[in-house]
This record gives sequence, structure tokens and C-alpha cells, in this order.
Amino acid sequence: MIKQHTVSAFEDEMQFLTHKIAEMGGHAEKMIGQSVKALTTGDVDLARAVIKDDMRLDEGQREIDDKAVLLIAQRQPMANDLREVFANIRISSDLERIGDMAKGIAKRVSSVSEYSHGVKFARGIEHLSELASAQLKEVLDCYGTRSVDEVNNIIERDEEIDAMYTSLFRELLTYMMEDPRNITTCTHLLFCAKNIERIGDHATNIAEATYYMVKGQKLDAARPNEDKTHKVSLD
Amino acid sequence: MNDESKTPKVKMAGKGVEVFYGAKQAINGIDLEVYERQVTALIGPSGCGKSTYLRCLNRMNDTIDICKVKGLLTLDGEDIYDPNIDVVELRARVGMVFQKPNPFPKSIYENITYGPRIHGLAKSKADLDVIVEKSLRGAGLWEEVKDRLLEPGTGLSGGQQQRLCIARAIAVQPEVILMDEPCSALDPIATAIVEELIGELREQYTIVIVTHSMQQAARVSQRTAMFHLGDLVEVDDTETIFTNPSEKRTQDYITGRFG
Ligand SMILES: Nc1ncnc2c1ncn2[C@@H]1O[C@H](COP(=O)(O)OP(=O)(O)OP(=O)(O)O)[C@@H](O)[C@H]1O
Ligand SMILES: [Mg+2]
Repeated sequence: MIKQHTVSAFEDEMQFLTHKIAEMGGHAEKMIGQSVKALTTGDVDLARAVIKDDMRLDEGQREIDDKAVLLIAQRQPMANDLREVFANIRISSDLERIGDMAKGIAKRVSSVSEYSHGVKFARGIEHLSELASAQLKEVLDCYGTRSVDEVNNIIERDEEIDAMYTSLFRELLTYMMEDPRNITTCTHLLFCAKNIERIGDHATNIAEATYYMVKGQKLDAARPNEDKTHKVSLD
Repeated sequence: MNDESKTPKVKMAGKGVEVFYGAKQAINGIDLEVYERQVTALIGPSGCGKSTYLRCLNRMNDTIDICKVKGLLTLDGEDIYDPNIDVVELRARVGMVFQKPNPFPKSIYENITYGPRIHGLAKSKADLDVIVEKSLRGAGLWEEVKDRLLEPGTGLSGGQQQRLCIARAIAVQPEVILMDEPCSALDPIATAIVEELIGELREQYTIVIVTHSMQQAARVSQRTAMFHLGDLVEVDDTETIFTNPSEKRTQDYITGRFG
């Protein structure tokens, strides 16, 4: 266990950042789940709620930035404290971006739900999002417990997300080729899928920041997460 | 990590250094190397032995009757506690700047020329004039005092006095400069000036500095040694010490979790 700071206010400020990240993380997870649920059930009200909810992550990030800047100015954190403050700033910005990704999905719900096959086509996205959500959750658990033994395994699983994203990409292309009337909806869904793939990337960023925070060293495993759909062709 | 690509030369080294004040042991057997043309910072909680160790490096401890030093301390590989060593010459090679600026109650000019005179570094008044200007320039004080060289050094501001003491230390062309909390009595501007100066002095001299400011150690030094209760806890690249120290005691100390 790490000892408490002699100055208790310093301890409280560090705790504040940790709790805020946990809160933002929980919120981001919820937004992903709800945005995809809205998409796969055509629930426009739920989508609207998600869009509105994104504000909370924006606020959270701003609050962490403000508090972290003030803490650096007042306390000049060193060593593990310094790494923690730095990691918190990075992680909150990733969480804020994840919120944006979820919001992006929610925004497309009304267009997708208007189309007769929209909800059916969206089904593949559900599974993709489950993988990304699970990854994010595990990464946030690592952050919460400060244990990074599993980080490499979690990051490696990003490949699964990428593979599934690529196959979803093909699937949506197939629908488009089958019937040009599918194009609008499938294009929206492609963006949704891309957003989820991006969420996986942000989760990887968070894992790396957490690793650095705990270990004081960069995680040097090559990042597997790469969008490979640029290689997908029509034949 | 370090800005030194090649391994720097060891300028001063301690091996199994123990220091006693009467029966009380203040340093418990320390091995510590100081590299040439680097700033080495000594940090650690009050009473851990930083000043005691620093004073071993130019045998300032000799002036304390009850103080006994054991082990080996070398300058360029030579045992500085060898009975044949000329202590006055040693202190010219290893100069010292103290926490409180302590100019002699004499003119600025004489503060600088005192050392060169007793060490016979100057043959004429002209030689001394050159040394005075060079030293004051080296300490970044020349422009401020060049028109008042005959005024007493004690009439300068605290920050100026400290730079006068640095000028006095470099006037005898030392190889190593020891500084014991040189900025603790200075305001932030004077501190910044002295820190800037340390960065410049480093090109010519080897510097060992004791400081209670972690930020100062992080800013001015290339290597940092952490002391605790008379032990050397660890010594490493400054960057590593302040971002990812190996020892828990170091981490607790620099992050304000001690005791
Ligand atoms: N002249 C002395 N006579 C007796 N004991 C001394 C003397 N000088 C230092 N000590 C003791 O030796 C130990 C180390 O003291 P030292 O002054 O080297 O500590 P320090 O690390 O420089 O502390 P500070 O940060 O407070 O300056 C302390 O326990 C101190 O009480
Ligand atoms: Mg001291």
C-alpha cells in the first residue's frame, strides 16, 4: 500500500481525480451500452437521452483538467504522483472522446430506425459493442485496482474487435450491393461501427496510460489495433 | 535518458564512508561517485547526513573536533584523507558555498582576491584585477557590482551576496564546487539566477549541491543521491529519481509522504 501524503489536502485532491475518472468511466460505459441499445431497438428517446448525457463527460474532463492544473501549480507532484496526474489528464480525455463516439452513434439512431431494415442491419453492431465495452470495463478495472498484469492481454484482444469490425464492414457492403436503397442506412451503420472500433482504440490508450502510471515505464507491446478496412475491396 | 552519451569520468568517489560525531554515527558506510562536469544533488530529510557527507568532500569536517571520518574518499583517484595531502590546497580544488551567504566583512574586491592571494595565484595587482572580473562575470555579478568593487560585500542583497560567495569560490579555480542549500535564503528571482549560473558553471566545474527543494534538484542536477538516516538509499539519473525512483523511501520522500 502507498502511504498517505503528509499534507492531507494533497491526498484529497489526488483522490478526487481518481474518483472522477472512475465516475467518468462508468458513465462512458453506460453511454456505449445505451447508444447501441437505442440503435438496435430503434429507441429514439433513449438516443436523445444519450446525446444529452454526453455533457457530463465534457464537464468531467474540464473539471479534471482544472483540478490537475491547479494541483500541479500548488503541489508540484513528483514520481508516482506526477505520473498519476499525467495519466488522469490523458485518461479523462480518452473517456471524453469515448462519450463523443457514443453520442455519434446515438445521433444516427433516428435515421437508421426510419428505414425498414435498419434495426436488422444494426444487429451486428451489438456484438462489436459488447466486445469494446468489455474491453473498456476491464481497462477501467485495471485503473481502479492499479494492477496492470492483465493489460497486455486486454490490449491484444483489440485485434478481435478489429477483425469483427472488418467483417461487419464487409457485411454492410454486401447489403449495399444487394440493394442501393440500403446504402444510406448502411453508411450510417458503417460510421457507427467505426465509432465502436475507435472506442477500442481509446480503451487501449487508457490501458497504456494506466500502465505508465503504475509502472513508470511505457508499455512497449506493439499496438495491434489498426483499422484494416482500407484493404477491403468489392470482389 | 541522460544527456550524457558517454559514461562521464568519476571526479570524486566515496567508498565505505563512515562519519562519527563522538560516539554517534552520522554516515553509515556510503559508496557514492560524483561525475566530472555534472551536477549531483544530495537530497533527503533533515538530519540524514547530507551536509556531513558534503563536508567530507573537502575535509571541512576536520574543523569539527569530535568528527571522525572513516573509509576512502578520492579526488581524481587520490585519497584526500591521506596524511600527506595539503588540506589548504584540497579546499582550493574543492570549493564550498554555504547556505547563508557569508561574505567576509571586507570589500567586494577583497572577498574575491583573498583566496587567489593565499594560494599564490596572482603575481600582481593586474593579475588580481583580471581574476576579480572573471570570477564576478562567472558568477553573473559583474554588471551589478563593477562600479562599487571597493564597497563592503556585506552591503549587497542576499542574492548578490550568494553570487559573491560563488565568485569567491571560483576565483581560486577549483575543480569541484560544493553547495549546501545555496538558495534557501534567496527569493525566487535570485534563486533562478543562481540556478541558471549552476547550469553554466557545470560546463567547467563538477558540482555537488545539497537542496531541500525537490524541484531545484530536478531542475539543476543530472544525478541525484537520496540519503536517509545516514544511509545512501539510492543514486540514479535525476530524471529517473523524479519520475520513477527504484526505492520506496525515495518515492515517499519526494512525493511528501514521509514519517
Ligand atoms: N557538529 C556536529 N556535532 C554533533 N552532531 C552533529 C554535528 N553536525 C551534524 N550532526 C549530526 O549528524 C547528523 C547528520 O547531520 P547533517 O547536518 O549532516 O544533516 P543534513 O542532512 O545536512 O540535515 P539538514 O537537511 O537539516 O541540513 C544529525 O543527526 C546531526 O544531528
Ligand atoms: Mg544540512
